[in-house]
Amino acid sequence: MANKLKVATTSLAGCFGCHMSFLDLDERLLALIEVAEFDRSPLTDIEHCHPCDIGLIEGGVCNSENVHVLREFRKNCKILVAVGACAINGGLPALRNHIPLEECLLEAYRDGIGVENPQIPNDPELPLLLDKVRPIHEVVKVDYFLPGCPPSADVFWAFLTALLDGREPSLPYDLVHYD
Amino acid sequence: MASLTIDGQRIEFSEGQTIIEAATAAGVYIPHLCHKPGYTPHGSCKLCTVNVNGRNCSACTFPAAEGQAVLNNTEQLKQDRRKITQMLFVEGNHLCPSCEKSGNCQLQAVGYQLNMLDNHFPHFYPHRAVDASHPEILIDHNRCIFCNLCVRASREKDGKNVFGISGRGINKRLIINSATGQLKDSDIDVNDSAAHICPTGAILIKHTAYQAPIGERIYDHHSIDEVALEQEHGK
Repeated sequence: MANKLKVATTSLAGCFGCHMSFLDLDERLLALIEVAEFDRSPLTDIEHCHPCDIGLIEGGVCNSENVHVLREFRKNCKILVAVGACAINGGLPALRNHIPLEECLLEAYRDGIGVENPQIPNDPELPLLLDKVRPIHEVVKVDYFLPGCPPSADVFWAFLTALLDGREPSLPYDLVHYD
Repeated sequence: MASLTIDGQRIEFSEGQTIIEAATAAGVYIPHLCHKPGYTPHGSCKLCTVNVNGRNCSACTFPAAEGQAVLNNTEQLKQDRRKITQMLFVEGNHLCPSCEKSGNCQLQAVGYQLNMLDNHFPHFYPHRAVDASHPEILIDHNRCIFCNLCVRASREKDGKNVFGISGRGINKRLIINSATGQLKDSDIDVNDSAAHICPTGAILIKHTAYQAPIGERIYDHHSIDEVALEQEHGK
């Protein structure tokens, strides 16, 4: 196939569980790579996004780098998809949202049980944390949402095959889960 | 017998019934969270919004009347209800993966039934507390949707007055009638209706979490319209 569908993926403030679930497509991945190729993705190690058809975003936005990556995806992807609970509502990382950032850092790096050599990391290479974890639709326009923690491989399959067939993607009852 | 129509279907009702009572008796599901048969209607969640003779109203409080033309299952009402449910989600902290009510939660199940795939609105992430003071009952205010069912259950069924809703708008909150404001110092008992009526994971019985595995929970394979009609109508 000359013009394969270009797909980029990333995990922002996520656990890579959605990517693992994507890989649960198993042998269907072989059918997929006949018609699609991966651009920027943890699966390819391509560092920056080129113009793509679909961008799959796992995880919410918790730091400045997440914002830059998300904007790069939005700029390059015709269709941007929020994948999983964290991208859709912040998810478990958003549990920190009612705790002041300083308290989070002090607990994690200075006062927590078992912390050795206590100091708050401040290397200039480290992205700055946002005061709250945000779902991606609060930062960029999002075209589709695939709920689930993680969305099952069947969800990815239903969504991608619909797009490939030129149909409007939709999820039947059995594929809609928030957990 | 008097009758009305819902989406063109003729339905008989008896004097004094609300629209949702008439619908349930006839086996027609109207989405709802704050309504429960046998309890005084509250009309707060607005999920049961239907169109009656051209005007929107709450089916749980609006009396059934002869000749009403009720619209229930329209695309517009489905969209309205989806928006209402999304607002309920962003106003609290509804993080299903970490909630033990997941799979058995009516708020979540309504989202599923409406094919709600995202929360659409900016999230409030309100700061709400957990009251774990009681040895057998847990209150997680993050998940309260102010449906008032626990308030009504305590007063109407349990003959107590354990719960109340205080404040307005963004400051609205569930309060507990005890000297300390904590559940452990209230009159509540683990066998009270109020302890078991919460449609979300805001009031939970301790030591009962995750008893049903994923796949065997109430809404894993049955949508809330099927479950509600079975429970409320016996169909």
